[in-house]
Amino acid sequence: MSKDMTIHLKYWKQSGPDVPGHFEEYTLDTVNEHMSFLEMLDVLNEELQLKGKEPVEFDYDCREGICGSCNLVINGQAHGPKAEVACCQLHMRNYKDGDKITIEPPRAAAFPIIKDLVVDRSAFDRIIEVGGYVSVKTGSAQEANALPVEKEKSDEAFEYAACIGCGACVAACPNASASLFTGAKLAHLNKFPQGEVERSNRAVAMVDQMKEEGFGDCSNFAECEAVCPKGISISAIAEMRRDYIKALVN
Amino acid sequence: MKLDSKAPEGPLEEKWRKHKKEMKLVAPNNKRKYEVIVVGTGLAGGAAAASMAELGYNVKSFCIQDSARRAHSIAAQGGINAAKNYPNDGDSIWRLFYDTIKGGDYRSRESNVYRLAEVANEIIDQAVAQGVPFAREYGGLLANRSFGGAQVSRTFYARGQTGQQLLLGAYQAMMRQVNEGGIEYHPRHEMLDVVIIDGQARGIITRDLVSGELKRWEADAVVLATGGYGNVFYLSTNAKNSNVTAAWRAHKKGALFANPCYVQVHPTCIPVSGDYQSKLTLMSESLRNDGRVWVPRKKGDDRHPNDIPDEERFYYLEEKYPSFGNLVPRDVASRNAKIVCDEGLGVGPTGLSVYLDFRDVIKRDGKETVAAKYGNLFDMYENIAGENPYEQPMRIYPAVHYTMGGLWVDYNLMTNIPGLFATGEANFSDHGANRLGASALMQGLSDGYFVLPATIGNYLADVKPGTRYGTDHNAFVEAEKGAQDQIDKLLNINGKRTIVDFHRTLGKIVWDNIGIARNKEDLEKAIKEIQELREEFWTNVYVPGEKNNFNKYLEFAGRVADFFELAELMARDALEREESCGCHLREEYQSEEGEAIRNDEDFSYVAAWEFKGVNGQLQEELHKENLEFEFVELKQRSYK
Repeated sequence: MSKDMTIHLKYWKQSGPDVPGHFEEYTLDTVNEHMSFLEMLDVLNEELQLKGKEPVEFDYDCREGICGSCNLVINGQAHGPKAEVACCQLHMRNYKDGDKITIEPPRAAAFPIIKDLVVDRSAFDRIIEVGGYVSVKTGSAQEANALPVEKEKSDEAFEYAACIGCGACVAACPNASASLFTGAKLAHLNKFPQGEVERSNRAVAMVDQMKEEGFGDCSNFAECEAVCPKGISISAIAEMRRDYIKALVN
Repeated sequence: MKLDSKAPEGPLEEKWRKHKKEMKLVAPNNKRKYEVIVVGTGLAGGAAAASMAELGYNVKSFCIQDSARRAHSIAAQGGINAAKNYPNDGDSIWRLFYDTIKGGDYRSRESNVYRLAEVANEIIDQAVAQGVPFAREYGGLLANRSFGGAQVSRTFYARGQTGQQLLLGAYQAMMRQVNEGGIEYHPRHEMLDVVIIDGQARGIITRDLVSGELKRWEADAVVLATGGYGNVFYLSTNAKNSNVTAAWRAHKKGALFANPCYVQVHPTCIPVSGDYQSKLTLMSESLRNDGRVWVPRKKGDDRHPNDIPDEERFYYLEEKYPSFGNLVPRDVASRNAKIVCDEGLGVGPTGLSVYLDFRDVIKRDGKETVAAKYGNLFDMYENIAGENPYEQPMRIYPAVHYTMGGLWVDYNLMTNIPGLFATGEANFSDHGANRLGASALMQGLSDGYFVLPATIGNYLADVKPGTRYGTDHNAFVEAEKGAQDQIDKLLNINGKRTIVDFHRTLGKIVWDNIGIARNKEDLEKAIKEIQELREEFWTNVYVPGEKNNFNKYLEFAGRVADFFELAELMARDALEREESCGCHLREEYQSEEGEAIRNDEDFSYVAAWEFKGVNGQLQEELHKENLEFEFVELKQRSYK
């Protein structure tokens, strides 16, 4: 068995959306290399409670990297140092004894802080709401194999559909843009003949909503692609822009 | 209480069609006069909310997550079954029905299971139309694979993320209805009670998880699509927030809870590494197609696995089950892993794991071929366990994965409380004592897209449109007060032990005694231990923070309180069922070779429990729904 590590933590505390926040510090002496990052925070919270202190709030659910609930910014990086890994699947073996770790919420005007490291990402729901779907009522679908779809296209659609909606792309973007999130949904649906019908309207509605929510524009920094736990390509953004412009001039 | 399944008469193939023909309808102009509450936004809840809003009902949708898209259905990996018979390999609706009822060890209703098999084809059509990126062949048509030991290839899949893709389909359909005004959408809301007026479900009480505010919601019907209760074990493959609270509070209001002891334990999960462990991660069952399961023959053999020669390795599944070998069903594989570990042959730092070895297949097919098949799983394993499975065997151990038990429902998915429905994993209906792989997604979506939207109309047609009692009705006031009192009580205990500490301790009792194998003595002991720990919980738990704010620990405290009661009922149910069936293995009822012995004569029934109170111990009355088998012959399963 491995020896316990000492880790110096600095984490964001903020009791509500409209009050100023601050960093708090705590040193954990019992960090094990097999712990996940969130399990390390569980241990922190157990210690805090036993000392009568308030635990730090953070969002999580599946802890398998698929639900998209967790979205910590760790030492300035959304989801931490490992590429294509959500922070719930980041393990402490990526750190060494004596390391200092700073944990912040994803910061963006469109993601107001609810408490501590928990933010409100309902803006993402509203972007999907205005057009992130194929308009097909239950029961009105045709036979599944009636429309063949090229395997390559379908596989490519999957790559974009893999988005978990965590918001790391927004956290990493200097403009706090949601272009990768929005572009990924458009690129997914556009690859299918079923999605082609509403292609233009969908692009306009979703892009306009993105602006409405207060997300910034894309300036091609590509930070979003670098932190995306699903490795989604920024070519989605190029496609989104083409579709948007085309829809406006047509 | 007489339990009427309301299953239609007539030939199996005709039941659902006949029922649809005979059900009452609600006229389009009347639909908008009805309010329907749907709690939960997974496959069963999301699909139901979207489909009912499309029909014209006013739907209110609630979930505890920050977005409907995060419901735990998202984590399902393998796939979804449907008897499309695209591969032309002899599949049919009958065969899917038969496999499912046999896989459930003949502890489910024929009528429900047949309908499930029948509706499955429509689910695939619907999902494809939504843009769900299922795997395809080069010709552009849908691909299928064989899954979980099925003899036909009927599983549709989207890499290892089928649940995610199907859930996003349902979520998007739901958001479309939010946009059109058919759904009022309330994320970060937890249901704390159901409100019953004149014997009918008429609304719910929720807690706003951001502000802490308790709210009252009135409706003509309430649908619980709130998932399973695997987290009673503390460690399971369920998401951390999955819980039994909505179902349990409904149970305490009179809804019967059926077959709580039926819990599926998945054989291939990454083992526990320490006390801090918060959840367990599943590795796809497909690994057993090529991996060989073994432990050292000698107790305490601490050599590196690669240094242990073949003759000193115990390939226990291959030796005990020569015809199925490593591909025995989930329950058999899980039970045998426990047996070898209990004998002291387990490996790893805790002694609670077995090897799953790919050495031979790598030698036979080459590393590249193996990587093409299992690359992502090997990477996931290495990321979590810190060991390279190309170079040394994986270590695996069983973990709780799915709960077949749940709220009792009739053929219309309605509980014994009129107007209260339960769908998906939250009900008990289709999987009997054991669920087959790729059947959970099928059931959730079948209930949500096709069954409930039809059957709820049959109920609402008899409810006078526009009936409103008002949320200041005494039933609402009382229910809210009950929820408030519990919150205050939890916050005021101010004890010495944390919620997680209690939950972990409870989970260990449940796992050790109501887990893979059960016996009378352990179950009786467990009931005592659960009662004692529950007593201590209510006097010594520490719940931090405030009620009028975001407070995850307060949420957990309420859920753990419910798990404490459910755990006792699970033990009672397991004790009562003096047979082995499906995932329920009673050690007293097995053959000399350790095979399960079912007792159809005495136990071919659904055990439906009625809550009578908690006073030190849980008071519950057992009701039985006898299972009649008209169309299939009951057989003993054998994998020798």
